Amino acid sequence: MSATQEASTTPNVLLEAKGIFQVFGSGGGEITVLKGIDLQLRAGELTLLMGPSGSGKTTLLSILGCILTPTEGDLEVAGNSTAGLDAEGLANVRRKHVGFVFQGYNLFPTMTATENVMLALDVRSSLVVNPVNHAVGALDAVGLAHRATTFPAKLSGGEKQRVAIARALAGSPSVILADEPTAALDAENGRAVMALLSEVAKDPTRAVLAVTHDHRTIPYADRIIKIEDGYIAGEERPGGTPDKGSNGHSEEKPKVKTTEAKALGGRYRIRRHA
Amino acid sequence: MQANVDTTAPLPVESGAGKPKPVKMAAKLAYRNLFHDRLSLTVTLVGIVFSVVLVAVQCGLYIGNERLIAAMVDKSEGDLWIIPYGTKSFDDPTFLMGHEKYAVLSTPGVESAEDLVVGFSAWRKPGGGTTTVLLVGSDHVEGSLKPYDIVEGSLNDLRAPDAVAVDDSYFFDLGVDKLGDSAEVNNMRVKVGAVTHGIRSFTTLPYVFAPLERARKLLNASANQSSYTLVRLEPGADAKKVREALEVRLKDREVLEQAEFRKRSVDYWMWNTGAGAALVAGAVLGLIVGIVIVAQTLYSSTKDHLNEFATLRALGAPASYVYKVILIQALLSAVIGYGVGIVLSLLVIRASKDSSLAIVMTPGLAVLLFLLTLGMCAIAAVSAIFKVTRIDPAGVFSR
Repeated sequence: MSATQEASTTPNVLLEAKGIFQVFGSGGGEITVLKGIDLQLRAGELTLLMGPSGSGKTTLLSILGCILTPTEGDLEVAGNSTAGLDAEGLANVRRKHVGFVFQGYNLFPTMTATENVMLALDVRSSLVVNPVNHAVGALDAVGLAHRATTFPAKLSGGEKQRVAIARALAGSPSVILADEPTAALDAENGRAVMALLSEVAKDPTRAVLAVTHDHRTIPYADRIIKIEDGYIAGEERPGGTPDKGSNGHSEEKPKVKTTEAKALGGRYRIRRHA
Repeated sequence: MQANVDTTAPLPVESGAGKPKPVKMAAKLAYRNLFHDRLSLTVTLVGIVFSVVLVAVQCGLYIGNERLIAAMVDKSEGDLWIIPYGTKSFDDPTFLMGHEKYAVLSTPGVESAEDLVVGFSAWRKPGGGTTTVLLVGSDHVEGSLKPYDIVEGSLNDLRAPDAVAVDDSYFFDLGVDKLGDSAEVNNMRVKVGAVTHGIRSFTTLPYVFAPLERARKLLNASANQSSYTLVRLEPGADAKKVREALEVRLKDREVLEQAEFRKRSVDYWMWNTGAGAALVAGAVLGLIVGIVIVAQTLYSSTKDHLNEFATLRALGAPASYVYKVILIQALLSAVIGYGVGIVLSLLVIRASKDSSLAIVMTPGLAVLLFLLTLGMCAIAAVSAIFKVTRIDPAGVFSR
């Protein structure tokens, strides 16, 4: 059975890495950063990738995001093997299946919040009836419709990251990869952004992975993978969160999410009923 | 109260009818990048405008000079020219052997033949002093070479004894300033009987027009001598056959088609003297300066936005998308720079209208300049494109 066929028989696995090795340099200066990583990202889960500096987190994120080709190993994203793809082929996989959230937001400073989202729609070659309405709708979903025409320089750190999340969601990619999404934020904004990512991960067609060393993010995770010295050192489910089945839904969610997610005021909020 | 989580939370789907269409943002990003740094944009535009004006003036001078050189040939409605062997241009006259007109008229296929007398003469100014002029004599009949753009007097006035026509732009050189003023050519009295406007020569020697017989007299030529014989063919006549027949009959002369004589005159003055090469070199220099300035500023702008281009690549944009943004930036600069440049060029041309500079702007030249500007900016974008080709999208991650 081919890797693609195998992945297609496991519908809730949206990203699968097998035997990933990454070596930088050559000869005496050779450094093996990743030493045989096996990892799966499942639909409906927020997975945290945690580890000390130099453990290989960012390198692994680059490989999972199809930005870096591993020295050895296989990667499938949404059922598509990346083996043998050149830079443009990898870009094509990113365009179709991967959304990124960066530590430094990486918003386009000359574009408004709406235009930043529209730019992602353009890059993904998305077809929409009314691009502006669509982008504003995406901002509304993260509680930022009122800041739609604001340029990044006028947004707070938390707002910038929420625009970045709206941008990552544009075009509905299957996998969202976040690189230290709370590192540049204060505690309150950090909690709000993690609550938002947690809500985004509830989509049964989407998997979210966040690379972080911020322990405040742990309560929001469905799953935590620890990486040390290029190896997967362990995996846990905080608060006894049950493993999700093939439908991607868990039976219960960490209660800590509710308050902060509500504060966002967008579509990804908690609805309370009497 | 119990929290109830909206677990699916899909991206909002817009309501309303309409056909889904692609989102086009590359041009907007290019525009915003371009206008974000006004100083850099200003430098780019100054470079392009400088280049456009320089190339426009050089090319305009080339066309203007070409028209000056060919003006006398262009104003003669002939099919073939009989010229002294080895004549380099219209303004390089010697005399034919004589009697060519009758040989031409007896050749089958020829409708009419007209003698033209052209020669250098000494013009003695009424107030003293002498200058060299180029005397042009013809029959002044329909279709022949005759004074044009007459602003004072008329062709009929040239029938008066001693009457000649001069151009008002040479009044100072000729020492006259109005109709009826007298001077001497080769010690014979002439009188200004008609005044033209705008007939200037490439050699800067003033043209002086006179009826054929008066011109022969002023140049001491015999009654059957001429510098050129202008030949008009019968309708439907085979020019090639008539030309071959004339070449057989008129040994030691050349028989040229109108276009050939025009080209020979232009080539001589523009290329044998180096004047054209200097103009072309100036235009090429303008283009090079433009390319260098635009390339430098575009490269600098691309470096400033490198992180954004890396982000685009990380988001999955193909390399061609990034190239498109840079090229649109370059082409936007070209369009704006061309717009300003062409307006300035037209102002320069207008300001030089009554000067000795013959700068001409034609629709064709305007289109050529636009295409050159686009090409110049596209070439200038290459260095910026090389820069983004080496972008590592992994650079967007924290380390």
